[in-house]
Amino acid sequence: MKKMLALALSAVLMLGALAGCGKTTGTVSTDGSTSMEKVMEILGEVFREKTGNTVNYNPTGSGSGIQAVSEKRCDIGLASRNLKDEEKANGLTGTVVAIDGIAIVVNKENPVSDLTVEQIAKLYTGEITNWSELGGNDAPVVRIGREAASGTRDGFESITKTAEKCLYDQELTSTGDVIAAVAGNANAIGYASLSAVGDTVKVLSVGGVTPSEETVQNGTYAIQRNFVLVTRDDTPLTGAAKAFFDFATSKEADEYIIKAGAVPVVH
Amino acid sequence: MHGIFLFCGFTAVAFVLFLTGYLLIAGLPAIRKIGLIPFLTGIVWNSTGSDPQYGIAPFILTSFYGTFGAIVLGVPVGVLTAIYLAKMAPEGVRKVLRTAVDLLAGIPSVVYGLVGMMVLVPAVQKIFNLPHGANLFSAILVLAVMILPTVISVSETALRAVPKEYEEASLALGATKTETVMKVSVHAASSGIASAVVMGIGRAIGEAMAVMMVSGNVANMPGLFTSVRFLTTAVASEMAYSSGLQRQALFSIALVLFGFVMVINLILNALMKKGERKA
Repeated sequence: MKKMLALALSAVLMLGALAGCGKTTGTVSTDGSTSMEKVMEILGEVFREKTGNTVNYNPTGSGSGIQAVSEKRCDIGLASRNLKDEEKANGLTGTVVAIDGIAIVVNKENPVSDLTVEQIAKLYTGEITNWSELGGNDAPVVRIGREAASGTRDGFESITKTAEKCLYDQELTSTGDVIAAVAGNANAIGYASLSAVGDTVKVLSVGGVTPSEETVQNGTYAIQRNFVLVTRDDTPLTGAAKAFFDFATSKEADEYIIKAGAVPVVH
Repeated sequence: MHGIFLFCGFTAVAFVLFLTGYLLIAGLPAIRKIGLIPFLTGIVWNSTGSDPQYGIAPFILTSFYGTFGAIVLGVPVGVLTAIYLAKMAPEGVRKVLRTAVDLLAGIPSVVYGLVGMMVLVPAVQKIFNLPHGANLFSAILVLAVMILPTVISVSETALRAVPKEYEEASLALGATKTETVMKVSVHAASSGIASAVVMGIGRAIGEAMAVMMVSGNVANMPGLFTSVRFLTTAVASEMAYSSGLQRQALFSIALVLFGFVMVINLILNALMKKGERKA
């Protein structure tokens, strides 16, 4: 009986010892923006095929990713926004790896097809409450957005200058939920990563510019944001992490970034 | 062998103690910083603003109303189903119903949420002619269905445990079958049915995933047809991106929720003890 107990206890202790062995060479740990999932998935896969090194991606959100890299819990942090000044002052550097267009989507039954950034801002801040004011049906506007501190919401609100002023009818926690909600409500407007938008909803042009790879890259499409790799200034990347960073920011990675639905930067 | 059983038993206890300790340590700092009264009674939650405000009264009230609504809708249906299953249903029907109820209990909450989002939310919008259907009402409907299996199973067990003699005596005195069931069996099983209700409350107040997908998730003061956020969803929806005082405040919300669940469990224990004494 005592033997069994000793065995069980030692098994538990062994588990504890094993848990410490997570970090091995040849693994790049990344942590951050959920919006970057597709990009990281494809880049990681190609990188593994090329070099045999694995890229771990932990989708926790931009804020968590930046915190993780500053606390040395991962090699590279991922943020779907540019670093704030206070974060740069804390010894972090951001390198743009790709650009993401934020598409403004409405229900397919909505006759409105083009809005200006100002009109979008007015819709979300409640200055315009009926679609008829924009030439649409006589129906109330249903504003759908993301939860506070989501990278997409932060990107959308900072570009449209509506931070803390948006009156949401629904705050959903994923891009897919936003698209599903817009597809299911004739009066809804929502925003989502361009790469995630399918044909269940109608993508609006903004100020006459239809969001596309080209218009995002040349900057004519107004609502776009950067995907950023975050690194520490005081600990330069080495080994696999450096190789991955170099690969992701090289011209070679462009085709995979396009495959992931994002827009590569101009090298 | 006894040692292993003892060890397993202690593991469960250790986790409860660990969770309680962790929630207290993680949840108290923010309450101290914000102040207990402003935290519990503040009606504005704006955790990411330039002047952040942390009032969780909207979440507490939403959780309260949502749970109450689910009980009001779910308990009558559940208890009547249990009465039918325990006292009236023919064996064949009973088996089919029983299986269906067990299946209902096994459906993951995300499935309830998904179906709610795709079917219920648009339906509520159409029926009540609202701008959108993601509101407290939809959440109450989903919760009412989700507590059904708990309410049915526990009530049925309680009803089955009623001694046959009680019912036979009632029938012998000339009461009809329905009178006997409603006045004698239900009365004799009342503490068990009360336990079922309390367990339903516990299930409803702790649910996050399903209500997150149908309630709209905006930190408004609750109204039947406004988009609302529950205590559970307040924690779940912001945790991933949170930092600093915001994150601590989320742990404080979890602590408040934990407190509620503890109170519910204490009530449940008291009810069960009462039931035992009666038996």
